[in-house]
Amino acid sequence: MSLHIVVTAKQVIDPEIPKSAFKIDPTSKRVVVPSSFPPVVNGFDEHAVEAALRIKDTQEAKVTVLGVGKTFSIDVMRKLLAMGADELVLVQDAAIDESIDSRVTAQLLSAAIKKIGGFDLILCGRQASDWDNAQVPLILTEALALPCITLAKKIEVGNGTVTIERVVPEGLEVVETPLPALVTVSNELGLPRYPTMRAIMAANRKRPSIWKLSDLSVDPATLQPSLRLVDLFVPVQDHACEFIDGGDEREIAHKLFQKLRETRLI
Amino acid sequence: MADAGEVLVLGECLEGQLMPTTGEIIAAGRQLADDLDTTLGCGLLGHGLEHAAEAALRHGADRSYVVDQALLARFQTELYLEALTRLCRAVSPGVLLMARTQSGRDLAPRLAARLGVSLAQDCLEVKIDPSTKHLLATRPVYGGNAMATLLCLQTPQFATVRPKVYSPLSTQDARQGEVVPVPVELDPAMARTKVVSVAKEEIEGVKLEDARIVVSGGRGLGGPEGFRPLQELANALGAGIGASRAAVDSGWVPYSWQIGLTGKTITPDVYITVGISGASQHIAGCSGAKCIVAINKDREANIFRYARYGIVGDWQKLIGAIIEAAEAWDKPVDPPQIPTP
Repeated sequence: MSLHIVVTAKQVIDPEIPKSAFKIDPTSKRVVVPSSFPPVVNGFDEHAVEAALRIKDTQEAKVTVLGVGKTFSIDVMRKLLAMGADELVLVQDAAIDESIDSRVTAQLLSAAIKKIGGFDLILCGRQASDWDNAQVPLILTEALALPCITLAKKIEVGNGTVTIERVVPEGLEVVETPLPALVTVSNELGLPRYPTMRAIMAANRKRPSIWKLSDLSVDPATLQPSLRLVDLFVPVQDHACEFIDGGDEREIAHKLFQKLRETRLI
Repeated sequence: MADAGEVLVLGECLEGQLMPTTGEIIAAGRQLADDLDTTLGCGLLGHGLEHAAEAALRHGADRSYVVDQALLARFQTELYLEALTRLCRAVSPGVLLMARTQSGRDLAPRLAARLGVSLAQDCLEVKIDPSTKHLLATRPVYGGNAMATLLCLQTPQFATVRPKVYSPLSTQDARQGEVVPVPVELDPAMARTKVVSVAKEEIEGVKLEDARIVVSGGRGLGGPEGFRPLQELANALGAGIGASRAAVDSGWVPYSWQIGLTGKTITPDVYITVGISGASQHIAGCSGAKCIVAINKDREANIFRYARYGIVGDWQKLIGAIIEAAEAWDKPVDPPQIPTP
């Protein structure tokens, strides 16, 4: 029997954007991004797609990628199809406030997953690089009443069970749970694959399914965030670095240890 | 009890002892309770918690709520989640705090979902808004490039606090309080995830989280062999050794070495970075260091914004001299020598 894996994916501001280009509009309390920095797929979500594809490499499986948001750059999200996902479903609606409230996002994902139906495994990136909340997958697991294992390094599926290797402070832990289940994926999995040129061309011919809130029978009135963003600001760095120079390396090293001794920290 | 409802912090225990993070959130919760003119409760789960319950009172809680059961002797997500949910329903707090630890990260969002509220995650500061009397929580966003302040509107107002941000209060042996056992019925069948095995990794040398000095390397080292001289430097200083995410993702060193937002959080006195650019993701794990020394060839590297001392140059040329200086450095004699009369 074929396995159906749903992977959630978010479009985010490029986390590699230089600090100098990072600006906040204090009135709208939103980040203003120069157009020279297009959005990207959240890195951990690419790891989650990679994890799904590794399962698909070894057994019959279908991989559906699901995203929710106000607007998407379809070309950015298509990368996940080019990597090897079978379908892309985007819930795109102006009424979705790309909110600070993970509960709202999880509610939308849950409704969309119920509409997609017939899944065995849900994979999510461990967190998104914009708000680093690491909440949506866990709220989603509650909404769908699924067992959940976080921070997967390796995923194996067989006999109605998913077995996860995860990195914990003590070492490596192996955890298992019956399917259907939700698993969050961490960068310990290893680098996601690069799409081939041929796959990119094929992905360009695929049409994502675009759904509106009305397709999910979600009442926009229930999507009110219950956390209010009262301030978004760039923290002030108030100390200057003292650069240590010298005639040669030995002098620099000597000066460094002299300075450290003066701090009484060493 | 005041109208606002009690402030409840959910602590963690290991083998019947309070974890250090519990002292930290009791300190954070104490201030909130005082500002709201209410009491502070500390919820504890586990087995054999008599000492921990008393310790929580000495650390500053007015009450310890204890769910003490053999089934909770070892951490299991679903059983802990169920016990915490019952505990919160029984206490019905106005404000709820947890530490964003390994298990707190897994439990808090699910607990929030079960209580039907939203969670302010991984906060660096929690305080009471003087005008609304609601919880104001400040947390880093966009990889630390920005900070967001959130006002919690529902009850309980729920936040997790980043470990090592708050310092525990000094314990007072004379502090009085109440230990309240909370009966909770748990069924082992609630546990759907099962730990099959744990392969413990032997940590050589100094444990990163406890180290007073940490030496760490990044992409700039160019390969795994770059960590060899770094290890020599660490040995000379009695320091722990770590790495940036770029170095572990490249497979140069194990993941247990990773310092940063998705790795370990360290708070050493001195943190020496070599070939680390200082991406926000890394800074999130080391911003609690008292003194950062950065060695990088790029004077514009972000790490210098956070460093107290910087050396611009080729690490390969510098490292030998630095190891030499470190070996020559006479370490303070411990314990200090008391002159004889």
